[in-house]
Amino acid sequence: MATYVQIDPTQKLDPFKAVKKIPLEEYFTSGHRTCQGCESALVMKMMAKAAGPRTIVLGSTGCMYVANTTYYSTSWVLPWMHTQLGSSGSAALGASAALKVLMRKGKMKQEPINVIAFCGDGGGADMGVGAISATLTHPDYNCLILMYDNESYANTDIQLSGSTPWGANTTFSTPGKVKRIMHRRWKKNMAGMMAAGHPTCRYVATVCMSYGLAAMNSMRKALAIGGPTFIHSLDPCPKGWDYDPYISHELGELAVNTGIWPLYEVEDGVLKLTGRTQQIAAKKIQRQPVRDYLLRQGRFAHFTNDDIDYFQSKIDEMWEKWLVPGVIPFRTDVEADAPPSS
Amino acid sequence: MAVATVIEEQKDKLDKTALITGSEAIAVACQLADVDVITAYPIRPYDTVMQYVCKLVANGEMDCEYIVAEGEHSQFEIVKHASACGARVFCGSSGVGWMYAMEALTVTPALRIPMIAMVGNRALDDPGAFGVEHNDALAVRDLGWQLVWVDNAQEALDTALIAYRVAEDRRIFLPLAISCDGAFLTHSQALVKIPSQEKVNEFLPQYNRGDLLLHPDNPITVAPQGNEDWVMEIRRQNYAAMERSPGVIREAYADFERIFGRSYGNPFFEEYMTDDADIVLMGMGTLSISVKVAIREMRKQGKRVGFVRMRWFRPFAAEELSKSLQRFAAVGVIDRDYSFGSPYAGGVLAGEVRHALYPGPGKKPPVVGFICGLGGREVTVPDVQKMAEAVYNAADGKKQPLTQWIGLRE
Repeated sequence: MATYVQIDPTQKLDPFKAVKKIPLEEYFTSGHRTCQGCESALVMKMMAKAAGPRTIVLGSTGCMYVANTTYYSTSWVLPWMHTQLGSSGSAALGASAALKVLMRKGKMKQEPINVIAFCGDGGGADMGVGAISATLTHPDYNCLILMYDNESYANTDIQLSGSTPWGANTTFSTPGKVKRIMHRRWKKNMAGMMAAGHPTCRYVATVCMSYGLAAMNSMRKALAIGGPTFIHSLDPCPKGWDYDPYISHELGELAVNTGIWPLYEVEDGVLKLTGRTQQIAAKKIQRQPVRDYLLRQGRFAHFTNDDIDYFQSKIDEMWEKWLVPGVIPFRTDVEADAPPSS
Repeated sequence: MAVATVIEEQKDKLDKTALITGSEAIAVACQLADVDVITAYPIRPYDTVMQYVCKLVANGEMDCEYIVAEGEHSQFEIVKHASACGARVFCGSSGVGWMYAMEALTVTPALRIPMIAMVGNRALDDPGAFGVEHNDALAVRDLGWQLVWVDNAQEALDTALIAYRVAEDRRIFLPLAISCDGAFLTHSQALVKIPSQEKVNEFLPQYNRGDLLLHPDNPITVAPQGNEDWVMEIRRQNYAAMERSPGVIREAYADFERIFGRSYGNPFFEEYMTDDADIVLMGMGTLSISVKVAIREMRKQGKRVGFVRMRWFRPFAAEELSKSLQRFAAVGVIDRDYSFGSPYAGGVLAGEVRHALYPGPGKKPPVVGFICGLGGREVTVPDVQKMAEAVYNAADGKKQPLTQWIGLRE
């Protein structure tokens, strides 16, 4: 088996032991025009720092393209290239394949170079899911696909995506006089799907920038382990979620503490819940009610108590009924689903 | 033993001859060009090229990253990014597969990616049809793709080598698609001269991405937001590259002749029996074969008919073509494509030929358009004779429709 898969050496990227050990050098710097309180911009900054200077970044269309790269004022210190909305998987594969073959043939200096392709939830969970899935099946190309999930097409005007939570008010699911809940689909379980569906993919993780050090160490592990890897980051978005920018970090913490956003990593098929999620699962801390999270955001302002109860019941189910709690929604028995009338 | 050793040592210096299809000829060109990254996805009829590539890789006769993608969009996106990172790339598709990749096709020229693609021309479903039509490749005609049509396996191999030379020239850096008629060329075998590796190396320098290389040593930002501030200037640069293309094509064909000893004459279009012709027919791709047979038949009856086969559709050699066509009493353009609602309801090539003639000095011969051979239907010798009759009528000034469907079941 090993002879068929030829993984090139990767960079040695040990975890940062503490915040103070993180280097000061910035590889994603001024020149961008993201919103105040934008957590996705923080993902970019920390991702670039975690990866270091010998890295190629491919960015699919979305906020982190449109707001980050204006001609003549790029914020990227790393080599960066735009890729099409649904092409983060293909971009990662193409760049990685080129480096591999050019080094093998002696057309390029031998050196481990990180390849990262990022996408938003629209580009990843919707349009690009096929290409990401395909790339995760190619064991011999070193690359990381990072999905920054602000739960809507936030750059184009806040339209719902396959990653938007149930019931949220977006410009494509605006509550009206007759219908209160226009978005009646449950959020895609992207990281779980990628981990469960791609048995040779060596690393899949969820992160949140409210826990920045852990997120950066996740990225470093994803880049160093070899082969294609996937990270899903939940990014509170002041514009799309409708809240005051200063509570971005707090909302990220609430997403984790309510159990809505489980933090975990799947390394060589071994699942490990991480951070606060691990403590929730071990019953060392209690999940906070989802109400605390939902009511801080304007996108849920139209929710009735029934809606909040329904949301809570789905999160309870995730922790109490799923065979792999918080990760894989298989159950032993059929559960009735009774959403409130819209 | 000693003889075998000598042959092994001389391997790179020897030309060979082989009985191969058009698709295989292009695969051999990829091998000779030492292509670095190749992406495949199945659709008939172009996919035969990838089957041959697969065998070359499996047999250790070619060293490349051979990636089977999960759709044409990814297929073209993968090689697009590989090319940006300095790899020589090859890709291809047919019919609706080519259209599925359309978003990737639209961005590739502006990124100045010298991707080489083979289009195994195929009708656009629905209704389902495997046969040749040219609307697939023609769909990118306005976007900065260089487009060339070939009509035999030798020309396919030679043109693929020329394609890398032209597209990867720093003055150009634009993608290039080689159109091969589905079935008639992709699946038809012919004796093909395969040049030695030594000659190919002399003809084709390595791909050098230069200051556009995406690499940590050259940390550029590729394709940021340009908007109304800069997009127009960037389009103008694409325009300028395409304007330089004819000169680079001429250089490449001249060098090709010097190194390989095979000449194609005028690179942009082939003229057949035009020296004394009264009228000419025009077309692209393998319909040339039946047209040439029909012309030889008609000449036995004293009809002096010639044929002009367009090779390069983009760039389009308008001035040269216009000058040449002015010699004839009338011109008939055979389109294996359609453009519904276009001026005079004509095909794409007919429209381009009229366009080319319009500003030219001197007389403008009447142009009759023909839609023929759609969905892979054969263009027969009687079809060609019928079209020649109509062109003679045009020369005589007789009134008739400017676009006529030939070989249509009534």
